[in-house]
Formats: sequence, C-alpha cells, structure tokens
Amino acid sequence: MTSFERFAATFLDTDVALRYAPQILEGVVTTVAIGLAVVVTGLIAGLALAVLRACDLKLVNLVLIQVVDMLRALPPLVIILIIYFGLPSIGIVIPSATVLWMSLSAVLAAFAEEVFWAGIVSTPSGQWMAARSTGLSYFQALRFVVLPQAVRLAIPPLTNRTIAITKNTALGSAIGVNEILGQAMSAEAFSANATPLVMAAVLYVLIFIPLVIASHALERRHAGWRR
Amino acid sequence: MLSADDGLSRPLLLEARGVRKSYGAHEVLKGVDLLVAPGELVFLIGPSGSGKSTLLRCCNRLEEPSAGSIRIGDVDLLSPKTDINQMRREIGMVFQSFNLYPHLDALGNVTLALRRAMGKSRDEAARIARENLERVGLADKAKAYPAELSGGQQQRVAIARALALEPKILLMDEPTSALDPELRGDVLAVVRGLRESGMTMVIASHEMQFAREAADIVLFLDDGVVVEQGAPEALFGAPGHERTRRFLRDVRY
Repeated sequence: MTSFERFAATFLDTDVALRYAPQILEGVVTTVAIGLAVVVTGLIAGLALAVLRACDLKLVNLVLIQVVDMLRALPPLVIILIIYFGLPSIGIVIPSATVLWMSLSAVLAAFAEEVFWAGIVSTPSGQWMAARSTGLSYFQALRFVVLPQAVRLAIPPLTNRTIAITKNTALGSAIGVNEILGQAMSAEAFSANATPLVMAAVLYVLIFIPLVIASHALERRHAGWRR
Repeated sequence: MLSADDGLSRPLLLEARGVRKSYGAHEVLKGVDLLVAPGELVFLIGPSGSGKSTLLRCCNRLEEPSAGSIRIGDVDLLSPKTDINQMRREIGMVFQSFNLYPHLDALGNVTLALRRAMGKSRDEAARIARENLERVGLADKAKAYPAELSGGQQQRVAIARALALEPKILLMDEPTSALDPELRGDVLAVVRGLRESGMTMVIASHEMQFAREAADIVLFLDDGVVVEQGAPEALFGAPGHERTRRFLRDVRY
C-alpha cells in the first residue's frame, strides 16, 4: 500500500462515505436549522439590547453591560456545558438542541449588542439634533434616523461575528446534538475511518462560503450612500 | 424701525429673557435676552464661542437653559407641561453642517417629520415636500441622496425640511459657514426669499454684508452676553462698544 493509498483509505473512502451520507445529511438539516434560529434570535435580541441600552436607565445598563461582557468573555462551550449539565440538578431539563440554540443566541446577542451600540454611538450628534428639531420624539429619532445608520455601520463587523458564532453549532456535538459534526463523529467511531469527518468539513465549507460571499455583497450594497 | 429693547410695546413671537447656560463650571450664556417680533429677521454676530449656537439651541430646547425664561407666542417653552415635540414643529432649525439624513433621499429627508411627527399620509407628505423643495429651487433633486448633492443644495434641502412643518420661526445656526463662497449665494437667496415672504428668522452668522442688507436687528454677543444691539446701519456704522469695534475690525468687515 502506497502512502497515498493509505491516505485515501483513511480520509476518502467511498464506501464509508456512501454508507454514512444519509446520517450526515440529517446533520446538515439540524445544523442549518439551529444556525438560522441562532442568527435570527441572536441578532434580534442584540438589537433589542442595544435599544434598551439607548434608553439610558442607569441600573438596567449596569446589569446589561456586566451580562454582555460576561457572555463575550466566556467560551461558548462553557456556557453550553453549564446549562446542559448544571440545570438538570435544580430540576430544569432542556433538550440539547434547545440548549445549543439558547447558548449561541445569547453569545451572538451579546456581541451584536456591542456592535449595534457602537453604531448608535458613532452616529453624529447632529443627526439626533436634526431629528429632534423637527418634533420627532427620542424613540422616533432612534427608530427612523439613528438605527438605520447604526445598522448599516454594524453590517461588516456583524456579518463576521455572526458567521464565527454560527459555526459554533459544532459545539453541539459535546452534548449530543445530532448536527453535522456530531453525526460525523459517531460515523467515524462506527466505521473506524476519518472519511465522515472530511465530509463534515466539506459540508461546513459548502454552508458557510456562500454566507461569506453574501456578506461581502451586503457590505458593498450598503457602502453606497456613505460619503 | 423698532429696537429690540421695547419688548412691551410690540407683540413678540420669541421672547427669551435672562437665559443662562452652564456646562459644569463654564458659563456659556450669562443672562441673554432675545426678543423677536413676527416677521423680523434678527442677526446674531460674535466670535466663535460667544454663545450664539447655544442661545439658538436653547430656543428649541435642544439645550436646556440653566436659568431664564423662553416664550414662543403664548407658550412657556420651559414649562414641564409644554409638549416640546409639538412646539419644535413650530420652531424650524437649520444647522451649520446641514445634518441631512444620509440614508434618505431629499424627499425622504423632508417627509420624515411630516409623516412621523405630524401623522400625514405618504401622499400628502410627498406633496408638501415637493412644494418645499420647489421653494428652495430643488424640485428636480427630490430623488437625490445627500451624498449626491453639493453643500449648497444640501443646506437648501435642510431648509425645505424645516419649512415643510410650517414653522412660525426659523432658527439658523451659521447656515453658510460650511459652504464655499460660490455656493453661499444660493442659500442666501433662499433666506432673502423667506424674508420677503414674511418668515420670522433668527440667524447666527458671519455674513455681515447680508446682515447689513437684510436684518432688522443685529445682536453682538461676546463671552455669553449681548454686548450691543441695534439696527444694522447703527451697529455696523457706529458701534458703541470697543469690543464690537474690535470684532468688526477682526472679521475685516
């Protein structure tokens, strides 16, 4: 056996690939579903937190900033493990897929809040003054003048962060979520062959490359009106 | 010509008395009176940092005065009972740096407050916006975004945005200072047209020539106080205070 044949037999075994393809494709459905759910809830929660922070309530902001900083500092896996293995001991049992979705949504919300907040803060004060001088309320000025600009400013850093956090759905394998990596790992264990892991890698690339490309297109489109 | 002192003998549209504003220990306005009758054009001149902008912003409460009283017509602007958002629709403001909304086209800039603050329908707001863009000579720029307009055009859209709400008074904070000399004329022509149509205006500006031609009253502010005020020919022709003379000499008027 040449070394290439040995390499091919370990990583590119067609029989193994065909046998475990249905199982791994099921994982794709799970990954995409949880990933999309994380993006939607994470970004909405992040925007809501940034708007809440803009309300400038001292006590609320004190708590909000602490929690957000904590979520940003903790490795997502630690959050996932604490919720999944910790909560049952106080009688709260949450399905593993839900734990994964909740944890990653919270982490994405924390980062998104910071990015949206930076966008709100960096919108020139003249925009607030102009809006308020025409009789718009604080919230109308925020909603119709400041947020549209803040969101556009937030898009480039936010797409990167969103992709980075959505990829963490692979951490679900640690708590038995049957997403791509979990399915691939169990297939690898059963077949004693690394081909399923290569399939997983290829599938991750196929899922996330279009997102990366789409984010570039989004950035270009929103660069239009800026001076 | 009425002088600004005899507030009791004429109806006043804007009556600001004893306005003070401090930022920490720094007092920017040290008790300023600004009295404006309907149809008047009042000019505020003075070195930068003299308090002109702060005074204008106190007049629509973009800045909260530390002390003093401000009335617009019969309404006490500083009363907690006053609906400030409602009042601001009657007090138009134009800024040195235009402050157009970059994500909206010219029409969108003008219609936003019509729709959201006044609750007008989309069609009604668009009709009013087009009228006002036409008034400032930009009927053909309704679909242009701020970044596609020259500074002078942007400032005229900003004026249209303020006019669309049919304000009783227009406050202009150095409306031409950010513009190249050749673009100032367009904006000043619009201001002149407003004056002829009877709009009440308070303008902080260094356009001394324009002040001399068009103003009813000129106030010279320095270091947070009104040093001197009067009709333009008197104030420019025979300033009574050394500080006024020095300022006019420094700006080489």
